[in-house]
Amino acid sequence: MATTLADDLRPLHHPHSWVTRYVWSQDHKVIAIQYSCTAIGIGLVALVLSALMRLQLGFPGAFPAIQPDNYLQFVSMHGMIMVVYLLTALLLGGFGNYLIPLMIGARDMVFPFVNMLSYWFYLLSVIVLVAGFFVPGGPTGAGWTLYPPQAISEGTPGHQWGIVTMLVSLAIFVAAFTMGGLNYVTTVLQARTKGMTLMRMPLSVWGIFTASVMGLLAFPALFVAAIMMLFDHLAGTSFFMPTMQSMGAITPTEGGSPLLFQHLFWFFGHPEVYIVALPAFGIVSDLISVHARRNIFGYRMMVWAIVIIGALSFLVWAHHMYVSGMNPYFGFFFATSTLIIAIPTAIKVYNWLLTLWRGDIHLRVPMLFAIAFIFTFIHGGLSGLFLGNVSVDVPLSDTFFVVAHFHMVMGVSPVLVIFGAIYHWYPKIFGRMWNDTLGKVHFWITFLGVYAIFLPMHYLGILGVPRRYYALGETAFIPQSVHLANAWISVAALIVFCAQGLFFFNMIWSLFRGPRADPNPWGAASLEWQTPDTPPAHGNWGAKLPVVYRWAYDYSVPGAARDFIPQTEPRTELGA
Amino acid sequence: MPVAVAIAMLVVGSVAFHLFSPWWRTPIASNWGSIDSALDVTLWICAAAFVGLNLFLAWTLVKYRHRPEYRGLRHKAHYEPENASLEKRLTFWTAIGIAGMLAPGLAAWGKYVSVPHEATVIEAVGQQWQWSFRYPGPDGVLGAAGVKFVTQDNGLGLDPLDPYGRDDIVVESGDLHLPIGKSVKIVLRSKDVLHDFYVPEFRAKMDLVPGIVTYFWLTPTKTGTFDILCAELCGTGHHAMRGKVVVEDPKAFARWQAQQTSFGQILAEAPPAAMSILIIKANACSTPASWSIR
Ligand code: HEM
Ligand SMILES: [Cu+2]
Ligand SMILES: [Cu+2]
Repeated sequence: MATTLADDLRPLHHPHSWVTRYVWSQDHKVIAIQYSCTAIGIGLVALVLSALMRLQLGFPGAFPAIQPDNYLQFVSMHGMIMVVYLLTALLLGGFGNYLIPLMIGARDMVFPFVNMLSYWFYLLSVIVLVAGFFVPGGPTGAGWTLYPPQAISEGTPGHQWGIVTMLVSLAIFVAAFTMGGLNYVTTVLQARTKGMTLMRMPLSVWGIFTASVMGLLAFPALFVAAIMMLFDHLAGTSFFMPTMQSMGAITPTEGGSPLLFQHLFWFFGHPEVYIVALPAFGIVSDLISVHARRNIFGYRMMVWAIVIIGALSFLVWAHHMYVSGMNPYFGFFFATSTLIIAIPTAIKVYNWLLTLWRGDIHLRVPMLFAIAFIFTFIHGGLSGLFLGNVSVDVPLSDTFFVVAHFHMVMGVSPVLVIFGAIYHWYPKIFGRMWNDTLGKVHFWITFLGVYAIFLPMHYLGILGVPRRYYALGETAFIPQSVHLANAWISVAALIVFCAQGLFFFNMIWSLFRGPRADPNPWGAASLEWQTPDTPPAHGNWGAKLPVVYRWAYDYSVPGAARDFIPQTEPRTELGA
Repeated sequence: MPVAVAIAMLVVGSVAFHLFSPWWRTPIASNWGSIDSALDVTLWICAAAFVGLNLFLAWTLVKYRHRPEYRGLRHKAHYEPENASLEKRLTFWTAIGIAGMLAPGLAAWGKYVSVPHEATVIEAVGQQWQWSFRYPGPDGVLGAAGVKFVTQDNGLGLDPLDPYGRDDIVVESGDLHLPIGKSVKIVLRSKDVLHDFYVPEFRAKMDLVPGIVTYFWLTPTKTGTFDILCAELCGTGHHAMRGKVVVEDPKAFARWQAQQTSFGQILAEAPPAAMSILIIKANACSTPASWSIR
């Protein structure tokens, strides 16, 4: 690996004032924090919306302020914010930005200015998104899938203005992501330090890297779909609009295809699931390995599983459309491709388990979250097989089984990883330790709480309770006990909701009052823990870039003095 | 340690929840038992994996938990970067499990997509937020229809000039009646946005897509009245878009059908003014009624 690009200090943009250091910053670490705070801030809005939904579902009629239109708006905004503006932004813009340069031994991203622009575009997209709450008619209530024709037709809340702010915001988000994504990919390929071969990179980097490549390929489909729908709505085109009625009157549209939108949306939407999942997979692998003091089991298999999952996930999108009215013969192909993806995914689960097996497991808070992730991910991954298995999906699609499944697999699981990751890297990022007791209480309430919320939902779905329903009303097949279940789920949801206060209190309080952290409190081998300063200074590595001699997982190597060997430690004659 | 106990308890608790949960499939009322069995096979394979993997996790957490040094003995992790043969065996068995659930799934889907030719055709039409239905009448053929033909008196938009449509039986905002034991192909048409025809007891469902005609088929196997729900978000009234399907023996079905009005009767009873609007609409359609249903 050439040292030129990475070792050259000149391209680094040195801040001259507080504003260039913390606001218009080009330092990947500051940008990462900006991204993370914005994402968590807007994520809190989505969390509040979920609490409002649960109030309505658990206690229908008790809150007259929540009308059917409001409920649908809550569902839509909650879903979209969680998936795109929280998880994607936090895992790639936040963790990607922070970890990539530090883990591969670079001084910064290769395009620091573009990196800064990426954040500001993201912030703009969030502002436009939030503006949707204030336009006449409120935000869109078309579901996070935004299916036309209803998204832009009479009878759907926000079909006039809310949908415009939503689509514009998404388009800006895609622009922001593209700038960020190009940076992550180029940095990984071009700015690795001496000795950091691709097969020595920590799995976090592999996950984020693959997810970025996927994002660059998948987001354009969303972008195109958003622009086409904007044209349909504002310029009277008919990309997605057939001859139809709207509230009794015939519309001037003709010949468009609602199914085309669904294909475009899911061509983005399915890879999006893995854009969120792969960084989480990578990060959790690192958490498990560090806290189990054991090398990640089957590293090469893990890398290939990430790459294969990334590639295959572009071939399964129509499993969201088995009952959409597309040619039903597609079902055979998409069911097969979907279930094949389960194999590399299962390998990842096995290897996490086998990493713990014969380990020296330290049950610190980040590890607890990682373990909880394994549990919820096994659960959510398995329920996905039901939905992927075409005919089994027929009764389950659009029921609460689907809601339960995707929350378990792409809601709860990545969020648990995010919590674990924040607890894990907080000492490096801020140089302080958080409070252990608060962390443990937060963990227990969150883990047990989310399972209490989402386990029963599977059963409601198998019974046939449909999703996106404001109220169940009088329905013969729904027994009284379902209403009781809904009330209990809501109580659990509110408890989990409140428990997040502990997390925020812990993080903010520790920022000022937490004890000073050791530079490498967990004894981790990867590069980011070997920086000369904690928190790392601008440029990360002081005068000289680190040189890498080994992979990131040399834990408990036989014959070694300590139970970890940093990547920067040269090999000795002993081989260790 | 507590986390290992918690994982084990959650496994036991989940299995207990499954066994004692009052919520499970509604009693089936159609021929789609094959879907239920595919679900059962999937469930058994997945449940085995769920229990096995998580109990292994719990056991590992206990067995390999960190312990402080004791009499000079230090618990140390085992260094083993990979174990190719173990990974190959695991991959193999996973593939077997996957194939085991995919086979019944695809087999049931094979039936779902092949409509038996003796199936009678019945149309369900969705609009925000109600269901209507149409039967082909004595000729067994549904006449051409499209939203362009919709008027006050012609809610389902039948082409008044299509002779096949005259004997069609139109049920606007009434119940859907089906004779027990006879296969029906339900063709689906939406006047406005997406909807989805869903009767939990039938297991089957399919979206209604404006602009195209979609379908699925079933054979009712149980008499009774069941709820029709809309299972695709269609706006403010989505949750209230309900209908009823009545499955009855063939005699009762024939009696019910005899009481319904045909499109021809509706045309005959319509006042002349309404009639002319209808015909003008029909002629104004320069494009052929592209989605007529024959
Ligand atoms: C404790 C936390 C959460 C609770 C209580 C919760 C609750 C809900 C509820 C009640 C719905 C609407 C169900 C319906 O009527 O169809 C929903 C939908 C949804 N949620 Fe969550 N949620 C939580 C966290 C998350 C997270 C972390 C994600 C991230 C992926 C997420 C993603 C979604 C999506 C994509 C939808 C579907 C929106 C749609 O139907 O258009 N949720 N959630
Ligand atoms: Cu998918
Ligand atoms: Cu509907």
